[in-house]
Amino acid sequence: MSKLALSSLYQLTVTRLKLTLREPEAIFWIFVFPILLAVGLGIAFRNRPADVLPVGATTPQLVQALAADKGLRATEMDEAAGTRALATGNILLLAIENSNGVVYRYDDTNPDARTARMIADRAIQVAAGRLDPVAAENQLVHETGSRYIDFVVPGLLGMNLMGSAMWGLGFAVVDARAKKLLKRMVASPMPRWQYLAAYLLSRLVMLAIEVVVLLGFAWVVFGVPFRGPLLELALICVLASLTFSALGLLVASRARTIEAVSGLMNVVMMPMWIMSGVFFSPSRFPAFLQPFVQALPLTAAINAMRGNMLQGAQLGQMMAPVAILLAWFVLPFAVSVRIFRWR
Amino acid sequence: MRGKTSQVQVDTSRGQTDDCFALRIRGLHKAFGAVHAVHGIDLEVKPGECFGLLGPNGAGKTTTIEICEGLTTPDAGTVELLGRNWGENAAQLRQLIGIQLQETQFPEKLTVEELLRLFRSFYRRGITLDEAIGLAQLEEKRGARVGGLSGGQKQRLAMATALVGDPELLFLDEPTTGLDPQARRHLWDLVERLKQAGRTIILTTHYMDEAEQLCDRVAIMDHGQVIALGTPKELIATVGGADIVEFAVSRKANAGPSTRPVVPGLARDDESGYGHGGVDIEALKAIPGVQSHRMEEALHQLSVSELHTAVPRIFAELEEQGLHLSEFRTHSATLEDVFVRLTGRNLRDE
Repeated sequence: MSKLALSSLYQLTVTRLKLTLREPEAIFWIFVFPILLAVGLGIAFRNRPADVLPVGATTPQLVQALAADKGLRATEMDEAAGTRALATGNILLLAIENSNGVVYRYDDTNPDARTARMIADRAIQVAAGRLDPVAAENQLVHETGSRYIDFVVPGLLGMNLMGSAMWGLGFAVVDARAKKLLKRMVASPMPRWQYLAAYLLSRLVMLAIEVVVLLGFAWVVFGVPFRGPLLELALICVLASLTFSALGLLVASRARTIEAVSGLMNVVMMPMWIMSGVFFSPSRFPAFLQPFVQALPLTAAINAMRGNMLQGAQLGQMMAPVAILLAWFVLPFAVSVRIFRWR
Repeated sequence: MRGKTSQVQVDTSRGQTDDCFALRIRGLHKAFGAVHAVHGIDLEVKPGECFGLLGPNGAGKTTTIEICEGLTTPDAGTVELLGRNWGENAAQLRQLIGIQLQETQFPEKLTVEELLRLFRSFYRRGITLDEAIGLAQLEEKRGARVGGLSGGQKQRLAMATALVGDPELLFLDEPTTGLDPQARRHLWDLVERLKQAGRTIILTTHYMDEAEQLCDRVAIMDHGQVIALGTPKELIATVGGADIVEFAVSRKANAGPSTRPVVPGLARDDESGYGHGGVDIEALKAIPGVQSHRMEEALHQLSVSELHTAVPRIFAELEEQGLHLSEFRTHSATLEDVFVRLTGRNLRDE
């Protein structure tokens, strides 16, 4: 056997990895679930081409004028039919010709209807011979990075790192304790720190796979941008994973049953699922909650990932979230090593 | 497997003064709350000995062995293993001893080979994987997952994890509890082979036949104390006879006039000789070879040294007393009888 294969830390880590990969449920939650979520959200929030707004008009002349604008789809109808169509949402605006000129009937609380009002008016005025005093032309840009999918992918990544680190570690530790395996391990010459370190190391290996799968998918399918240094993004992921592993270790350090540890996990993770900005910006929470929200490790992790991926920020510009993550790594790890129940 | 010669080499290389004892316990106490699990125990185990802690569940066997294993801290007393102690030489001792705990469940999704490779990596020196697998006779299950093993195979695997470090001292806590008779025999064979290889073994059990079969010396424990200590032979000899006669009686319907009146209302275990279902105990005890008498429910138990001459006289005496035998059997005295004599209870009742 090689020297590496004889090392107990290596054997413990390899064993941990094998045990994780032999749980089919783990594979689903770690690899498949985030992709399914990304696909679902990507479909729901995909950016559609600019909508063509349906409008109605009472005369053929008006219909012709309106149809000249590519942003509108105009249909001729009399006033009674048009009112009905408005009420049922089939059209957003009805243009009615009268002796003075034209009347627009629409709902001014509907943004699409207001847009239709402006486009329709412009089309009718231009058709009537209006000349714009200032020459204007359009330059269209469709910028990636400002879409919802761009926003949500770093959030999903953070949530996934938290979930897999905490569930993976917490359950495995408590299961080993309940089955008296922990006791058997400390009855051997195995150094205790290696047992805990093997969990963190195997998490790092899983992390590499998880991150590459999720981000690779987001990049290939949705074209999510990576504007910051990739190496720094990797560092952020490693730090976040260590942080959540330490937190998982802390949560699992005393519990004797799977039920107890599940409850604790949910108590710890629930505030972060809601407040840490996975699906929407945490700035929506009121000011008095902000210090708490910003101090959560998942908020810090997601902020750092968004900063890197979307804004191209350097690690040096994100010392606050990095410091928060470090603190959440060091303190829980130190405490859990101290209070860990080995039997 | 290690032979006698390498054992000697290891011993001389250590050159310690305390080699006369593999384990020495002095004045051990341990309480869990109000429960005094271990209440003043002194024991010595010599190198190469197979030493058994025998007692009912709750006697303090596991607490005692776990204190020896360095897993539980005693409230008072000292433990010395291989001339070392847990306070100063814990890391060294972990390398030198092998431990099998009660009811450890190894990860079901690891294979036999993977689990043993993991445990082997904890020890600086030890036997090879193949040797460990061969020792536990799990060659055919090498690639099988732990979850698919039978109870006996799991127990032999647990034994193998205790042996991979080639320990000088082996602790086995209830190695055959919950196994079927065949699997127990299989495990006994394994322990026998380890004994022949000169290994020091300390085991706990609540099976008297196991202790009798495997152990060179036995300490019988009850309520946290050692109530008897010696070789199985010595202990059995304390019962007073080599055999135990058990019988139950009923009075004959047409019983002739008894030579002695039966006094009703006397306590059953009155030593006067009356009140034992009409059996005159003193007359029975007067028969040459009958050493002692006790009652177990409605069953009379006599310990007897000269079975072949005593039994006909017992029959004659009971006939004389006008009693009808409804049950009669004999067996060789066992450690069970020793426990019963010392405590008045059965080992397995607990």
